[in-house]
Amino acid sequence: MAEAATAWHEVITEVLRRNEVSLVTYVPDNVLRPLIGAIEADPYFTAFPVAREEEGVGIVCGAWMGGMRGILLMQTSGFATLANVIASLPCAAQIPAVLMVSERGTLGEFNLGQALVCRTMRPVLDALAMEHHTVTRLDEAEFMVERTLRQAFATQAPACLILSPLLTGGKTVKA
Amino acid sequence: MEALHNAKVMNRFDLTKRLVAKLKDEAVIGGIGNSNFDLWASGHRPQNFYMLGSMGLAAPIALGFALAQPQRRVFALEGDGSLLMQLGCLSTIATRAPRNLCVILWDNGVYQITGSQPTPAATARTDFVAIARASGLSQSHWAADEAEFESLVDASLAGEGPFFIGVRVDSQPAVAQPERDPSRIRDSFMRGVGSKG
Ligand SMILES: Cc1ncc(C[n+]2csc(CCOP(=O)(O)OP(=O)(O)O)c2C)c(N)n1
Ligand SMILES: [Mg+2]
Repeated sequence: MAEAATAWHEVITEVLRRNEVSLVTYVPDNVLRPLIGAIEADPYFTAFPVAREEEGVGIVCGAWMGGMRGILLMQTSGFATLANVIASLPCAAQIPAVLMVSERGTLGEFNLGQALVCRTMRPVLDALAMEHHTVTRLDEAEFMVERTLRQAFATQAPACLILSPLLTGGKTVKA
Repeated sequence: MEALHNAKVMNRFDLTKRLVAKLKDEAVIGGIGNSNFDLWASGHRPQNFYMLGSMGLAAPIALGFALAQPQRRVFALEGDGSLLMQLGCLSTIATRAPRNLCVILWDNGVYQITGSQPTPAATARTDFVAIARASGLSQSHWAADEAEFESLVDASLAGEGPFFIGVRVDSQPAVAQPERDPSRIRDSFMRGVGSKG
C-alpha cells in the first residue's frame, strides 16, 4: 500500500499507471492542478487538455475501442455537461470510460453556481445506473481508485470517481 | 485554397461508396444519422463503427482511436450540424496531430435527419474548411468534384495527416440503416480492428 505520507495525486498517478491507464484527457480544474501536473510531467502518460468534456468522453471511448485505456478528468460543472454522451456512448455501447471529478460546490464552496450544479451530479450518475464512488480519505484512495478501475475494465462499464474536498482540500476563498 | 461556393454539390452515398472501395483495414467512425447509415449501406466492414446517439463525437472517437492504433489509419465521417456542435475538437486534433487521422465532413447545410432545417453555419455561409485550417489543420481542402474527392482520399491513405476533407452534399436522406444495437456494433468493431477476440 502507499505510504501514509504520499500525497493524494501521487497515489492516483501510481494507480493509473499500475492499471495501464495511459491516456489522460482533461478540462482543467484548480484543485486537480497537482494531479494534472504530475501526469503531464510523466512520460508514461499521453495527457492533453480537450476543449469540452464531451469531446474527452469520445476520445477515451475511441481509444478504448482501439485497445488503450483512458480517463477523463474534470470538475463538477464539466460533469454536468455530459449526460447525453455518457448515456448514448459508454453506457449504451458498454465502454469502460472512467471519469474523475473534482467535487466543487460543497464543503465551503463560494460560487453559488457551482453549489447548485453539484446537486445534479449524483442524481445523474444514479439515473444512469453508473458505478460511482466518492474518495474522502487518503488512506482509502488507493483501494477505491484501483478497485473502481479494475471493475470498470472487467465489466466493461463506465465509472466515476468523485474527489471530495475532504481528500483534496478543495478550493476556498476568505469570506 | 478552394472556396466553399466553388465546390460541386455531390451525393453522400455515392462518395461513401467511393471511399469504402479504396479501403483495406482502415477504421471508419460514422457519425450520427446519415453519416453512419450511408457507411452501412456502402457495405458493412468489420472495421466500421456506427455511432448512433452522440452528436458531434465522430471526430473525437476517431482521434482516440488514432492514438490507440497509430499504425492503422482512421476516418471520421461527420455531418455539418454535428461538427458545428463540437468545433473545439479540431484544435485538439491539430494539437495531437495524428498522422493516421482523416476527418471527412458531409456539408449539406441542414440538419437533414431532423427535418432539413438550415444550420446557423449554412445561413451565415460559414466555411468549415477555413475553420479547420484556422484551427491548425493545414491539410484541409474542399473537394471540388468526385474526382478530387477521390484524389484527396488517396492522398490521405498515402500521406501523413491529419487531413480534413470538406464535401458539399445534397440533402438526400440515407438509403439504409444499421441495426440499432450499440454494444454489438462496438464488439464487432473491436474484433474488426484487433483489439478484442
Ligand atoms: C445533442 C443533440 N442535440 C440534438 C440531437 C438531434 N439530432 C440528431 S441528428 C441531428 C442533425 C444532424 O445534422 P448533421 O450532422 O448535419 O447531419 P445530417 O442529418 O444533415 O446528415 C440532430 C439535430 C441529438 N441527437 N443530440
Ligand atoms: Mg447536415
